[in-house]
Amino acid sequence: MAELLSLKEAVARLVRDGDTVALEGFTHLIPVAAGHEIIRQRRTGLTLVRMTPDIVYDQLIGAGCASKLIFSWGGNPGVGSLHRFRDAVQHAWPVPLEIEEHSHAGMANRYVAGASGLPFAVLRGYTGTDLPSRTDTIKPITCPFTGERLAAVPALNPDVTIVHAQRADRSGTVQVWGITGVQKEAVLAAKRSLVTVEEIVDELEPRPGAIVLPSWAVTAVAEVPGGAKPSYAAGYYERDNDAYQAWDEIGRDRESFTRWLDELTGVKA
Amino acid sequence: MTEYTSDEMMSVAAARALGDGMSCFVGIGLPSTAANLARRGHAPNLTLIYESGCLGAKPTRLPLSIGDGELADTADAVVSVPEVFNYWLQPGRIDVGFLGAAQLDKFGNINTTVIGPDYTDPRVRLPGAGGAPEIAASCREVFVVLRQSTRTFVEKVDFVTSFGHGTGKGDRERLGLPGAGPTLVVTDLGLLRPDPGTAELTLTELHPGVEVGQVVEATGWKLKVSGDLGVTPAPTEAELRILRDLKRASA
Repeated sequence: MAELLSLKEAVARLVRDGDTVALEGFTHLIPVAAGHEIIRQRRTGLTLVRMTPDIVYDQLIGAGCASKLIFSWGGNPGVGSLHRFRDAVQHAWPVPLEIEEHSHAGMANRYVAGASGLPFAVLRGYTGTDLPSRTDTIKPITCPFTGERLAAVPALNPDVTIVHAQRADRSGTVQVWGITGVQKEAVLAAKRSLVTVEEIVDELEPRPGAIVLPSWAVTAVAEVPGGAKPSYAAGYYERDNDAYQAWDEIGRDRESFTRWLDELTGVKA
Repeated sequence: MTEYTSDEMMSVAAARALGDGMSCFVGIGLPSTAANLARRGHAPNLTLIYESGCLGAKPTRLPLSIGDGELADTADAVVSVPEVFNYWLQPGRIDVGFLGAAQLDKFGNINTTVIGPDYTDPRVRLPGAGGAPEIAASCREVFVVLRQSTRTFVEKVDFVTSFGHGTGKGDRERLGLPGAGPTLVVTDLGLLRPDPGTAELTLTELHPGVEVGQVVEATGWKLKVSGDLGVTPAPTEAELRILRDLKRASA
């Protein structure tokens, strides 16, 4: 059964230095508040996993929490580059960042394998690209039935997966709707999981297209209203596109980023 | 005649390439602008598929990201990300993949990963692959839209993120890639198509007022020009109105 915890306590108990941590949410329902709590608790040496590292990963990387990033697309959607990510890859600032890069199809299938309890997934992907020569976790495999050459990618099994959802009931059963991305697979693939939710309710009313994560498949639930901002939560609030645009300026240089970081962590200038 | 910019010409030309009733896997940015312009104009039955899992999205404004709420709210179905790639893209159900690029080479190979010769010490680190490698592999054909310059149109890409025609005609077949690969490249200067014999991108149409020399200048390889060079019709009043309305609604 999922435990209902505060965000602070949940991160303190579930996320440890050196862990492999996935924060998922495909544009929608990005667990930003949880990412900020990881920064506040000064976790280091994390292997961060995420299909689409965007501004919260830029912040985690800039804050020096990560030593490795496993991903398929790292950018500020519709705006441009992630400057902290670039600075880490190009100049090892504030710490060196190892990267392991895939395509979306590869990452999605890695989570599916992880959730399925299989060692790897197979897909028709990466053919002819330079990715297999740079990424050890892409290998060719021959179909034993047809002889077709396909790509194999190993399962992703994070130590912790964190996702954000619209709501949970008091037993910790989670309901999520709208664009659900890879959240279900990422939670089921992980050893431990934390779901932050907009609200905890007495009873979950059925919603069209909603998926349910049963309480016994989740480690902890924390009520964090607005916990996905500046991304959005369908039914609660819209995406704050201005904040994504504003991040471009803040993240662009080390000084303005450091000011932002000091404000988040409560360090007096 | 209404004045228009070269970017508007590019979006209009890209939109026209999409036929009514087609299904299109849409990349964000320029491809999304073109696909939405097509759907609001001559191709009302164009099915837009976004990698966030939105099948049949009908946005009224241009999304900033591939996962804007507007896309989910207006979609025929919203599926998970593993599903959109495994069940919808991979089996070859989608007609056109519409992609952008940071670098494109003369055989239509796309780079969105790193600029510079050394992957481990890149001059510029770009966002990476996203959905593009499998979109370029599995859609029946691929259209690419990007602004043309010697910076973007290079002899050979620094990194093959998404495979076009490799080193020439026959490479896709040899690798067993199911789709036809890039069949059209739309830029702010004109249209390029792979030569039927060599698969090398060749200038086939100029936008109105553009000279061949300008396009040659803006290309990082010795650009071949079709013997049957055409001129793109200028944007119509209606096309410009729809495009500007979309942009205004998104601002």
